[in-house]
Amino acid sequence: MGLVARSLARGTANALDRRLSIAAAARRQASHVFPKHHSFFWGEFALYSFVVLVLSGVYLSFFFVPDTHEVVYLGSYLPARGEYMSRAYESALDISFDVRGGLFVRQLHHWAAVVFVASMVLHMCRNFFTGAFRRPRELTWVGGVALLLLGIFEGYLGYSQIDDLLSGLGVRIISGLLLSIPLIGTWLHWMVFGGPYAGEIWISRFYIAHVLLIPGLLIAIIALHVGLVWYQKHTHFPGPGAREKNVVGERAVPGFGTNTIANGLWVLAVLGLLAGAFQINPVFLWGPYDPSAASTYIQPDWYAGFLIGGLRLWPRAEIHLGSYTVPAPFWPGVFLPLVMFALLAAYPFLERWANRDWRHHQLLQRPRDNPTRTAVGAMGLTFYGVLFASGATDVLSATFDVPFELLVWAGRIGVIVLPPLAFMVTKRICVGLQRADRDVLERGAHTGVLQERPDGVYIEVRRPPGGADREGRPIPLDYGGARVDQRPATSPEPVGEEQQR
Amino acid sequence: MTRRVRHALLVLAALVALGGAYTLLVPAPQTASAQSGQAQIDQGRALYEQACISCHGSNLQGAPDRGPSLVGVGDAAVYFQVSTGRMPLARSEDRGYRRVPAPEFDPDTDQGRANLAALGAYIQSVGGGPQVPAETGPQLIGSDVGHGGDLFRLNCAYCHNFTGRGGILGAGRYPPRLEAATPEQMYTAMLSGPMAMPVFSDKQLTPEEKKDIIAYVLAVRGQNNAPGGYDLGELGPSTEGVIAFLVGLGALVLVAAWIGARS
Repeated sequence: MGLVARSLARGTANALDRRLSIAAAARRQASHVFPKHHSFFWGEFALYSFVVLVLSGVYLSFFFVPDTHEVVYLGSYLPARGEYMSRAYESALDISFDVRGGLFVRQLHHWAAVVFVASMVLHMCRNFFTGAFRRPRELTWVGGVALLLLGIFEGYLGYSQIDDLLSGLGVRIISGLLLSIPLIGTWLHWMVFGGPYAGEIWISRFYIAHVLLIPGLLIAIIALHVGLVWYQKHTHFPGPGAREKNVVGERAVPGFGTNTIANGLWVLAVLGLLAGAFQINPVFLWGPYDPSAASTYIQPDWYAGFLIGGLRLWPRAEIHLGSYTVPAPFWPGVFLPLVMFALLAAYPFLERWANRDWRHHQLLQRPRDNPTRTAVGAMGLTFYGVLFASGATDVLSATFDVPFELLVWAGRIGVIVLPPLAFMVTKRICVGLQRADRDVLERGAHTGVLQERPDGVYIEVRRPPGGADREGRPIPLDYGGARVDQRPATSPEPVGEEQQR
Repeated sequence: MTRRVRHALLVLAALVALGGAYTLLVPAPQTASAQSGQAQIDQGRALYEQACISCHGSNLQGAPDRGPSLVGVGDAAVYFQVSTGRMPLARSEDRGYRRVPAPEFDPDTDQGRANLAALGAYIQSVGGGPQVPAETGPQLIGSDVGHGGDLFRLNCAYCHNFTGRGGILGAGRYPPRLEAATPEQMYTAMLSGPMAMPVFSDKQLTPEEKKDIIAYVLAVRGQNNAPGGYDLGELGPSTEGVIAFLVGLGALVLVAAWIGARS
């Protein structure tokens, strides 16, 4: 049997090679070297979550009906029987209760979506704080920012089209934000909704954007993003033998290949665990959308939380310019996210310009070695974090028994005061860590062992990683950008009594 | 007279004698429902003077900075406030949230129900007001759950959440969660409009609609809510985001650390 399979595989490969001459190219690509570090697997979480999203989404599309027509529910979920609802919401209930495996796949799709965006953010943080976006990889970075933005839109469209009461309120918010844009708002709203809110066309439009347009763009940009990483080679951390001019790591086959397949299977396993054990977006509990109904604890999925936080913190302030009005929600709801994403996309160019650094960089930096960048990142994350937390002021207020108004004011003050504070604190921490590294390299690692010198002075025994010279003085090492081993045990000879004896 | 007829009469007489003796000898149960009119009101007044008078005054007129007037609140308000443990307040600073009811007013005991009825009768006798429905328990649960859901989202979910998980009102006040509310308590709350809650009179929500709402609340709380696994407190996407990061991304980062450490 094994023999048959092997000869079959050999036959197929030979046939392909004779027609396409792929053997040489395949051998070359199989020897492609990938540096290894656990954080280099984080971007793959997003990639494999996306694969799960496509597969589960295809299954859901067999049963979901993107239609606003009103029907009476007669399915098997008893608390909703006899209710009027859109065909879209009815089909979501059918998927949850009457389609085999439907509820699991729906939950898998939704968990994969929130983990997809979360792992993109984590991956982006790794690339930001290690300077991986520097020349020649600016295009990879900009592509990643585009993927994040598209991923957020994709998720939003996905949960909105179900037409439940929770997401319906989110559709109303987006409708309001579109209308708030000066000059073109009304036209934009008409483009999306085909008339006044909500109309009858929006679900089919959201649907086609969700299953065709944005996934197509995502696939194209992912291909570009991953292709660039392959073509330009992956960056690596400074370490033994790792320099600007080389790539140190494992070959694509079998080393990197088996690792990435294992990682992909783990992503599937974790998402499957979430989908099976934790209920997500129970649309049957939210009920069908009705413009006159509402509930407490209305939140978007986490990746849109910062937007709601901004809307909640922003004061009521309309600007009147002649006959034009700029409504208050325009600033936190449209202007702010545009600025945030523009800054994010422009960051590699801004840093290049600020540092006058036009060199190519293949080596990554440790966050502490570029304190300003790390501090800017911490500042941005703090700003984002305050907005994010403010998006859930109602849940926080009820859960921790803190008055709602207090949380709003804490958010308003925090969003201004905390980011600069985070900048200063992070910068000091980075400089402190740098000094600690230099101290170990120059004087040795701390052993915690005290010695009494003949003159009665107590000193700590240090073990310099570079060893000691004949006089017992530590030989200082240069800092190479790699992790400095602070543990005394693995360091070579100690400096002190033992050697002097 | 035939022998058969004589025997039948004898049996009949014996049965009548037995029944008569039973009704004479076995005492009637001493429940509150057996009390009538003035006796019940008097008992209620006695309870009022023990538990309520210090804040609501000797004639239900209320006391400044302590408690509101109870004239015209009706026994529906009494049943709701006292059976849910909101009243009597343990301390004057309490904000009147649901607590374990005082033992003498526990609606799960005969004595408690009798006392609640007596206290209600006394309050009802001064100024009237919305009344506790005659039906109890299962009789208060309607049949059209779907309609109840519609009404719940239109009238109640603004404060009590989609499935009765509470919410916020601002100024440090929180509408209660509905997990523990009994049909009687929900019904009397709708009738009497406690605290910040509006009154839903029978003209706004008919008794049938009230019962449908109660049926919906019972249908979507507790174990009925989570066909998809652990319900995460039903707080919506906030807790889902926490799980996505802590469990989902957390597990994946550990996996990557493990794969990255192997070579």
